[in-house]
Amino acid sequence: MATGIRDKVVILGMGCSKFGERWDRNAEDLMVEAFEEGLKDAGIERNQIEAAWFGTAIEEQHVGKSGVPLAMTLRLPYIPVTRVENYCATGTEAFRGAVYAVASGAVDIALALGVEKLKDTGYGGLPQRGRGGLNNFYWANISAPGSFAQLAAAYRAKHRVDPKDLKRAMAHISVKSHDNGAKNPKAHLRNKITEDDVLNAPMIADPLGLYDCCGVSDGSACAIVTTPDIARGLGKKDLVAVKALQLAVSNGQEAQFDGWDGSYFATTRAAAARAYKEADIADPRKRVSMFDVHDCFSVTELVTMEDLGISQEGKAIGDVLDGFYDASGKIPCQIDGGLKCFGHPIGASGLRMIYEMYLQMQGRAGDRQRPDPVLGMTHNLGGFPAQNVSSVTIVGRYGA
Amino acid sequence: MSNDYGILCCGAYLPRLRLQRKSIAAANSWFAPGLRGLAKGERAMANWDEDSITMAVEAARDCMAGRDRAAIGQLVLASTTHPYSDRQNAGIAANALNLPSALGVLDVTGSQRAGTSALATALASSTEKEILVAAAEHRRTKAASPQEMHYGDGAAAILVGKGKPIARLLAAHSETVDFVDHFRGSDAEHDYAWEERWIRDEGYMKIVPRALEAVLKAAGAKPESVTHFCMPCTLSRVVPAIAKRAGIAENAVRDTLGTVCGDTGAAHPLVLLVHALQDAKPGERILVASFGQGCDALLFEVTDAITQLPARSGVKGALARRKEEANYAKFLAFNDHVVLERGMRSETDKATPLSTLYRNRDMVTGLVGGKCRACGTMQFPSGRYCVNPKCNALDSQEPRPFSDVPASVMSYTADSLTYSPNPPHYYGMVQFEGGGRMMADFTDVDAVEVGMPMRMMFRIKETDPARGFVRYFWKAAPA
Repeated sequence: MATGIRDKVVILGMGCSKFGERWDRNAEDLMVEAFEEGLKDAGIERNQIEAAWFGTAIEEQHVGKSGVPLAMTLRLPYIPVTRVENYCATGTEAFRGAVYAVASGAVDIALALGVEKLKDTGYGGLPQRGRGGLNNFYWANISAPGSFAQLAAAYRAKHRVDPKDLKRAMAHISVKSHDNGAKNPKAHLRNKITEDDVLNAPMIADPLGLYDCCGVSDGSACAIVTTPDIARGLGKKDLVAVKALQLAVSNGQEAQFDGWDGSYFATTRAAAARAYKEADIADPRKRVSMFDVHDCFSVTELVTMEDLGISQEGKAIGDVLDGFYDASGKIPCQIDGGLKCFGHPIGASGLRMIYEMYLQMQGRAGDRQRPDPVLGMTHNLGGFPAQNVSSVTIVGRYGA
Repeated sequence: MSNDYGILCCGAYLPRLRLQRKSIAAANSWFAPGLRGLAKGERAMANWDEDSITMAVEAARDCMAGRDRAAIGQLVLASTTHPYSDRQNAGIAANALNLPSALGVLDVTGSQRAGTSALATALASSTEKEILVAAAEHRRTKAASPQEMHYGDGAAAILVGKGKPIARLLAAHSETVDFVDHFRGSDAEHDYAWEERWIRDEGYMKIVPRALEAVLKAAGAKPESVTHFCMPCTLSRVVPAIAKRAGIAENAVRDTLGTVCGDTGAAHPLVLLVHALQDAKPGERILVASFGQGCDALLFEVTDAITQLPARSGVKGALARRKEEANYAKFLAFNDHVVLERGMRSETDKATPLSTLYRNRDMVTGLVGGKCRACGTMQFPSGRYCVNPKCNALDSQEPRPFSDVPASVMSYTADSLTYSPNPPHYYGMVQFEGGGRMMADFTDVDAVEVGMPMRMMFRIKETDPARGFVRYFWKAAPA
């Protein structure tokens, strides 16, 4: 009978490159930047790594396919390397592979590394690209902002929210993330912004304006994981354990069947329910210390707070405007600045989120440090509201 | 001709936009001052995602509303602006209309008489199955030309067959004369026209009356008996002059719709015919004439059955569905007359894998989804497994077209980021009546709200300029 992942695997070390417009760096350079930090943090040599999971999503623009680029770049010693992709949840997917490898007892130490170099596209935002054979014939001509913007129309209609109130809550979310990113030397954007900046910004996809959307950037992050015993044996203190690792994938119900009203993520709700069960969390609003959600767009963060059960359905706007999710609030969200300030190098983002939770648990988050965090949660989502992959990961103090 | 064979019903379609002639003149009269004299009214202007096939399909849908499409044995598409020289244009339309594969087709072209010649040929057949004749044009004109002022885009459709015709053909007559008022070579973009006075004096005034006299004689009909005289002509005062010469009453001459629509080329005689049918009463006679290297003349008598014809949009509905367009630069851009900086996002290769298109043609061209035999769930696309989580039956889907199912907006956005020839690009989730939904591109919209009723329309999804291929799909438009 399966018993879940809770407290079976701990993080031995993590690394994270500086995210941003790294014009003078190839993807390979960013991988090395993250890996060097991760190795040192773990206190191990490269040939102690027995298997690796490599996350890249838009690989045709940088490293190319297969696990070979990771092994070539890091000179890994003929170990298994599995390349994974799951839209924007790719980073978490890489983490999942490494964690399960250790939990299965197949290997002692595994590496998860995600990287994306998007600034060779030639213009801002994700590259316009084919969606795959038949999809190109009938998928609507969508962009990410346009797809997620529809959450706003549906949420407004369902909860009878004034468009101005929704815009203000969305603005507060972005302002709050920038306040946090200003304290993060690894973030791309470190400027503070005001609510007026957000409300007066040019429209990208109604009602999302420039400051409601995260940018794309270059970056890499990695995690080296092992068992609690091996970690202790290597001298690691303040162990940060994986408490839950859940993924949910759309099956067509949202996009084709009745029932889904467009105002939430069915996948996030499913993954969150399983994650809380796996981590033995009955009341997340009481137990979760902080979280990083997939704030590709401010409205995504807003509805995700409800989908994760931290805010009650229809109440997220109130919580946001009350400052519940601010750094000084009850449960800080995007304490590192989030996608909003880091940008979104797709393969790396999921691991960058875990990186912050890990630093916080270890008391190493500098100016962003929150007092005594116990459980940190990350939410990493890829695709579109009607059709997506949603992951919910919970890490926390081993044994807590 | 037997009494039970003739025009069974009809339909029409005009694009929603109406390019204001004064906007054209304002832009071009510095170069061609004569255009100012033509700057009255408006002309129908196709959206960037319309061509003669998409417009023909919409006219055909209007015509076939409430009728059994399986009764059609032949589909005829008439146009001088077919998108393809060698790929059955009528076959694309047939796929979009979900006509059975046991079907004959004809693509008719070559002159401004293509529509009437196709119709006359259909009326001269005597088949058990119905013949649907559609004529459509997406006109191509040079900037600052009189043609740009006069022409319009549009389509009409006429169903011919056995049953209770709303109009019977009394007689048809064709004169064929290589009178080159204008020409366009196979590889050319635009028409080349000769002097208008010569076209009037040597062409219209000499050739058309001959055809009219002959058709009236063949029918044993007096010119005074004609109630509606339908003839396209962009030259002023020519149609009344021809009517007078033929002995047709002044008040029988119907408006050529020049100021509200423009001349829709091979489609226009049929557009005027459909317009007349929407006014005609039993017993009245409609004389349709077209001019293009000769003249086709068709004389119809309207029957009692016209009073039973179910309501349709036709030309009147199409004329009412209008939006003024004062931006001439947009017209130039839609017709590739200007080299626009479309941005890097427009640079993706739009190659079409033909084998994938073929395998999925009913879904893509016909908007055919599924209805689950096991649980009744309507779904688009239809998957191997039913989408209902309480069912998930394998291979249980009956093909079910969604093209005529009313829909409403569930969510939407106006996207300024994705590449569109007409930004911002509107799209959203539409919910179909009776079940099923899809994320659809929208078209012909200004403002959208959740709950807005929509209908699906057949449009160009993308063009592949590198290879000259047009990809079609369906989009949601305000109902």
